[in-house]
Amino acid sequence: MKKLLILLCLLPVLSQAAIDTYEFKDDATRERFHTLVFELRCPKCQNQNLADSNSPIASDLRREIHRMLEEGNNDAEIIDFMVARYGDFVLYRPPVNHLTYVLWYGPFGLLLVGIVVLLLLPKLLRKRSQDKDESHLSSNEADRLNKLLEQEKDQ
Amino acid sequence: MRRLILFVPLLVFFVMGIFLWRGLQLDPSKLPSALLDKPVPAFSLPSLQQPERMLSELDLKGQPALLNVWATWCPSCKQEHPHLNRIKDEGYRIIGLNYKDERVKALAWLDRYLNPYAEVIFDEKGTLGLDLGVYGAPETYVVDANGTIRYKHVGVVDERVWQQIKPMLDQMASGEQVTQ
Repeated sequence: MKKLLILLCLLPVLSQAAIDTYEFKDDATRERFHTLVFELRCPKCQNQNLADSNSPIASDLRREIHRMLEEGNNDAEIIDFMVARYGDFVLYRPPVNHLTYVLWYGPFGLLLVGIVVLLLLPKLLRKRSQDKDESHLSSNEADRLNKLLEQEKDQ
Repeated sequence: MRRLILFVPLLVFFVMGIFLWRGLQLDPSKLPSALLDKPVPAFSLPSLQQPERMLSELDLKGQPALLNVWATWCPSCKQEHPHLNRIKDEGYRIIGLNYKDERVKALAWLDRYLNPYAEVIFDEKGTLGLDLGVYGAPETYVVDANGTIRYKHVGVVDERVWQQIKPMLDQMASGEQVTQ
C-alpha cells in the first residue's frame, strides 16, 4: 500500500520527464541539450519552451538540436541556427540591441527614478511645511481676528 | 507650477493606456519572418507528382510567386484551398510546399480539390520547412522574381489577405518589366 502511494506520488514527475528519449555520447552533451531546450522557445506555442511543448514543431526542433549536438556544433552555432530561421522570438534571453535597450535597462531606469523621488520627497515635504508657516497670520492680523471672535462671543 | 506635478500620474496613465491599447491590436501568434528580404534557402526536393524529378530554389526564380505551405493534416488548408484556386485562375503563379505529409494523401487531395500549384515541392521530413522557419500550416510566402522572400503570411489566405498580397505581386511584376 505504502509503495503504491509513493509510486503514485512519483507519477506526475515521470510523465513530465518522458517526452522523447535521446541518446547522448556523454553527460556533458546531455546537460547542454537540456539547457538549450529550456532556453529556446517553441515558435508555435505562445509561452512554452522546447522542453515543455508537445507540439510537432517543438519535437522537430528538439530533434534538430540533438542532431547538431551529436555533430559537434557548439551552443552558439545552434542558437544562431534557430534565430536565423525563427527570429529572436525563440530566445527566452533576448539579445541586447537597440530594440531591447528599454527591456534590459528600463527596470534600472525606473529604480533610479524611484530613488531620486525618495531622496527628494523629504526635501519637498519640509519645504511645504515651511510654506505653511509663512501662511500664518502676522501679529496685526491675529489681533484683528481675536477682536472679531470676541465680538462674535458678545453677541 | 507645483500643481502641474499633480498631473504626472494622469499622464503616466495615458501613456500606459496607449501602449496597452496598441498591445490589444497585435496578434501575438503572428511572428515576423526571420527570412524577410532574404533568398529562399537552397534545397533539393522531389516534385509531389513526379518523384524522380528534383526541384530546387531555382524553380522559384524568374517570376514573382506565392510559396504556399500546406498539408492534408491541416484543417485550415482545406478552408484555404478554394481561395488558392481562384488566385491561380486570376493568373498568378503559386508554388506548393507539401509539408510533412504523405504522397498518396496529398495527390488524392489535389485530385479532389483541384490543383492550383504550378509545382508542388514534396517536403516529407520538413527540412525545407525548417529552413524557412515554418511553424505551422498554412503559411504563405511572397517571393519575387529573384527568389527573395518579400512577405510572409501565417494562416489562411482568404479574400481579405489576398487583397493585401495582390498589390505586392502586381508591383513586382511591373517593376520587373521596367528593368528588363
